[in-house]
Amino acid sequence: MQKWNLVFDVALCTGCQNCVLAVQDEYQGNEFPGYAAEMPRHGPKWFDIERRERGEFPAVDVAHRARCCQHCDQAPCREAASGGAVKKRDDGIVVIDPVLSRGQKPIADACPFGAAHWDEARAITQHWNFDAHLLDAGWKEPRPVQACPTGALRSLKLEDEAMQRLAAEQGLVRTAGGEARGTRVWYRNLTRFTHAFAAGTLVGLEAGLDACVAGAQVRLARAGEPVASARSDAFGDFRFDHLPPASEGWRIDIEAHGYHLRIVEFNLKASCWLGEIRLEPA
Amino acid sequence: MSARFSVILTGLAGLMRFAAWRDPAYRAQLAERDLVAQIRLRDADAGRWFELKGGRLRSRAGLHPAPEVVISYETAEIAHRLLTPAIDWGRQVEAAKNFQLRAQGDDDLVYRFTQAMIAARRAFWRYGTAAGEGVTRYTSMTNGGPCFVYVKGGRILRITPIDFEDGDAPPWTIEARGRRFTPPRKATIGPHGLAWKSLVYSPERMLYPMRRIDFDPAGERHPENRGKSGYVRISWEEALQLVAGEIRRVRTEHGQGSVLFNHPSHHTWGNIGYWTSGLFRFFNAVGTTRVNHNPDSWEGWYWGAQHHWGNTMRLGLAEPYGTVEDMLKEAELVVFWSSDPESTSGIYAGHEGSIRRQWLKDLGIPTVHIEPYYNHTAAFMQGKWIAPRPGTDAALALAIAQVWIAEGLYDRDFIAQRSVGFDAWKRYITGEEDGVPKTPEWQQAETGVPAREVRALARLWGTKRTYLGAGGMGIGWGGACRGPTGHQWARAMVCLAAMQGLGRPGVNFGNLQWGTPVDTSFWFPGYGEGGMSGDLVNTALSISLYQRMSQFPSVNTPVQVIPRVTLPEAILEGQTQGWPRDSRSIEGQFVPIRYPTPGHSRVKLFYRYGGSNLGTMPDSRRYVQMYQCAELECVVNQSIWFEGEAKFADVILPACTNFERWDISEWSNISGFAHHAQLQVNHRVAVMQHRAIEPLGESRSDWEIFRLLAQKLGLGPYYSEGMSELDWVQRMFEASDLPQRISWKEFLKKGYYVVPAPPERLRAPVAYRWFYEGRKKDLPEPHPLPSEYKQEYLSGMQTPSGKFEFDCTTLKRYAPQDEERPPILKYVRSRESVASERAARYPLQLMTPHPKYSFHTHCDGKDSTVNDIEEHRIRVGERWFWVLRINPVDAAARGIRDRSLARVFTELGEVLCVARLSHCARPGVVHAWESSARFDPAGEPGSSLDLGGAINLITPAQPQFARGHAMGNSNCLVQVAAWTGPVPACSQPDLPEASPAGQAGRV
Repeated sequence: MQKWNLVFDVALCTGCQNCVLAVQDEYQGNEFPGYAAEMPRHGPKWFDIERRERGEFPAVDVAHRARCCQHCDQAPCREAASGGAVKKRDDGIVVIDPVLSRGQKPIADACPFGAAHWDEARAITQHWNFDAHLLDAGWKEPRPVQACPTGALRSLKLEDEAMQRLAAEQGLVRTAGGEARGTRVWYRNLTRFTHAFAAGTLVGLEAGLDACVAGAQVRLARAGEPVASARSDAFGDFRFDHLPPASEGWRIDIEAHGYHLRIVEFNLKASCWLGEIRLEPA
Repeated sequence: MSARFSVILTGLAGLMRFAAWRDPAYRAQLAERDLVAQIRLRDADAGRWFELKGGRLRSRAGLHPAPEVVISYETAEIAHRLLTPAIDWGRQVEAAKNFQLRAQGDDDLVYRFTQAMIAARRAFWRYGTAAGEGVTRYTSMTNGGPCFVYVKGGRILRITPIDFEDGDAPPWTIEARGRRFTPPRKATIGPHGLAWKSLVYSPERMLYPMRRIDFDPAGERHPENRGKSGYVRISWEEALQLVAGEIRRVRTEHGQGSVLFNHPSHHTWGNIGYWTSGLFRFFNAVGTTRVNHNPDSWEGWYWGAQHHWGNTMRLGLAEPYGTVEDMLKEAELVVFWSSDPESTSGIYAGHEGSIRRQWLKDLGIPTVHIEPYYNHTAAFMQGKWIAPRPGTDAALALAIAQVWIAEGLYDRDFIAQRSVGFDAWKRYITGEEDGVPKTPEWQQAETGVPAREVRALARLWGTKRTYLGAGGMGIGWGGACRGPTGHQWARAMVCLAAMQGLGRPGVNFGNLQWGTPVDTSFWFPGYGEGGMSGDLVNTALSISLYQRMSQFPSVNTPVQVIPRVTLPEAILEGQTQGWPRDSRSIEGQFVPIRYPTPGHSRVKLFYRYGGSNLGTMPDSRRYVQMYQCAELECVVNQSIWFEGEAKFADVILPACTNFERWDISEWSNISGFAHHAQLQVNHRVAVMQHRAIEPLGESRSDWEIFRLLAQKLGLGPYYSEGMSELDWVQRMFEASDLPQRISWKEFLKKGYYVVPAPPERLRAPVAYRWFYEGRKKDLPEPHPLPSEYKQEYLSGMQTPSGKFEFDCTTLKRYAPQDEERPPILKYVRSRESVASERAARYPLQLMTPHPKYSFHTHCDGKDSTVNDIEEHRIRVGERWFWVLRINPVDAAARGIRDRSLARVFTELGEVLCVARLSHCARPGVVHAWESSARFDPAGEPGSSLDLGGAINLITPAQPQFARGHAMGNSNCLVQVAAWTGPVPACSQPDLPEASPAGQAGRV
């Protein structure tokens, strides 16, 4: 049985928010009986793009993450619902019935991903249901995917085994806590959003003037174990990404032609710039 | 011949009867008004009359004793020629111009009868695609791209991008470095296109005409209350009588030039219904003072770069052809300098460039991003960020040139053979002229960028084939060119590009936003080509469209002009002067404008189309003062929403959106302003803009409002030529190259046509390659104009020498001793520098670049869904505040927390914003988009705290330099303070019905 999956690639997202606007356009002022009631004009976003800045001037980075109903195979909202208010369809999509869910706030409270929204005025729980009404009417992809200009969002209807294979091939992961729930939204390059980087800038001397030290060998280690290595670029910059935030005991060794070895030790609270690291001419 | 005339008329009557039987809409049209019309010959007593009564048509051969409308043909031969299908509209127009065809009678009745004749053929037209369950899918165009419009029960259900069908033309492919790149088979759309449904149904839509409650044209007018008083609903008849009456009155009492109109250029779209079309025809027929629009997003290029290399028809920007392919194949480095195409999408181009920049990432070509703010493009590309202080870019550029000179890293052959004046500039750079070598160490004190980074950048750039993406379009535009030193920056960009051998493979201007290999020979008019304006002077109508879609010409008789930059001063002080935008020659900018012009009245009636000035013009509280000045006896505003300047009008005429009217257009085609702007999109798409829904309430299309006003002035038939908007749309279709590819019937129904990409051999050549190789110009752009080649047509650049001029002849000739704008580029410190005396009180530099999610004021405010995007506005309490980004270091020093309110202020005023703490703003820099649609004064408009986010209330109006009219407000010194008090209330009504008198009920 082929089922729907959503794939979001952090590296391809420009933060244009088209997916967010498309979902607002679809549900604000419209209702689709059996699928969804109207989306409140200024309520929570059923489909959202979060922006996260990392680092500090001048070493910064911006990444985005799509946030929406994860269409769990073991959906906590379904377990919390009574009277069949939450349906798991054969195609993998979770639909919270806009009539049967009336008065059932526990459906919203049960979502561990903050993607089910209690609408006080209608007394129902609302979410992004993968635009099931459109897919049932023959659309090839849901609106956030159609509106995405770069392919950062993809919708795939695959057998679960095929999806697992694809996830392994492309390094797709689920959101935190998603494995246990069997979430159907997959992320690529997610560590750009969830993890930290450590960057630095190497400064040396040439003809008595400050100079960028290019091509230096920079080795990262933690607790004596090598983790990664990189070469500084033309500006003397180096960066190690995908590191666990709030981690301690890091050390970098810097080897550059014509300079003494330099060692820097640091703890990582969040993404950081280790500053201008001055190398001593040999 | 007379017998055939009679047969044709009998046939016409038959067709009208048949259409009435077949088509309910046509039947309803005939039932609107009873009339008797006579069609006759003038050289004989032959004809046929038509009587419409209660919707029924009666027609008899012969002459009616008392016809209300008479359509007459000079002879039977002429009548036969003009009435025989298929109708040639051009012949009709020519016959009317030569008085062979005349229409007499009341304007309204003439229009109704000509429409009864013409509209019969429309009874058989079908449009839109059935999408199931009572839904019809129409098409439209926005300033963010083309779209499908799904309508159910007369209401817009959804607006989506257009996915192409199998039958639509396939896209192009570029092969580069062993890979093949093809754009996806769809048209992207920007946020300001996708959010349109929320704008159509905005609670701030104006649904009926209104008069300011204390404006009495026969008595007290109370101009001092503009912007403060409420409004009362009036009928269209009263509104039209009032406006037409005021036009008649000021022309009679004050004389020519007393009427002024001013338009924005960015909210709706379409070649017939948008401003360069009907609006120009109407105002030319009325006779008006014109506003000369400064090149507001081109400033530095027009006033600066142009003197080095010409390109005046692009306002000083670079040639855009062939650069996508050249960059992907040849470039080794791309420098984005004040260039954020991921925010501005070039202009009008949806998100078409994003996928191309992704290809650059896929190829691993490194990028550098120079801007004080880590912008969305830098974030997407993840290149090297270099952050000079605002306004210091030229110092950084001079230091790059210094390294190139010192280390021999430039194209000596190009300098020797293709340029003049390099030695003069070199003497300045090396310090031979003033004793100060412009080294990386020298620039560090100005820019704040470490010298070592500038030297590293210079070496990288000087040893790799490098594309320079300057400004939002990559070929210039936006960004730093709008700041107080914008002309220095733009000049620096072209001088650096020249030093590296402009036009060499892999060395050019571009950021992948312009220069796609689309078809450049398929002709479809752009919106600057004048539509049905008849204006051969102020639009590009004369180039192609006038010959292809013949029409009545229109001529504005007053010659009085006001420079836009000093419009408020012109009104308040009764005089002003300035320098024009004239793209024909480099020298055009030296011809002064003086207001008032001898033989002309000062302006007394201001007809404003839209309401963006308070959000977009520098020191915009000047506009508040202007509106409240008694010199303006009447202010009319024609607008879709109750926002901005609409609240300062005496009479408001409610316009509808382009989803509620007919139009036709092409995506990103602004020919007449910028040739081949479609080079930004991956697929050229011409669109039939369906009238997807009826106009909301009593709102009417802009074109129709001008038609009705024209009728009140006896100009009805002259304005419309008897045609409706849809008739004009069909005529423009026929005038274009579309009929060679698709039938009107199919185009009208399906709604769009994708122009196929040309075969590889017919792709446009690469920009400047001809110049680099010393050949004649071979690009598909019809400029510079012939007289601008000083040596030989098509040989060399537009400059007097025909070469790239480091030492500018036109500045030496016409602006000698101008220390602010010397013949060679020099670094002159910005008046908004942190080193200036004012910086003690205003220590932060505010950047106000073009916004990402709105298009200027379009899509901001008015309860648009865009307001819910946190990068655009943030809700605090019940109000959506404008976002001010501030470095955490600067915020901490002021006690400002993330998402808290902060007051940003200068000597000019203060605006309340919501602060976001961000390391993307370098320390000392704060960042906010430039153009709020909202102006929400807490007290007296123009002299109180603004809650709306109209940041331009506090930016300086001084031009970049004294002898030119370049706006320079995109960065300035400010101070920011935490706001700890409660949020004050706004003194203006938010919605029309918020004023007591306006509560007569919304439709």
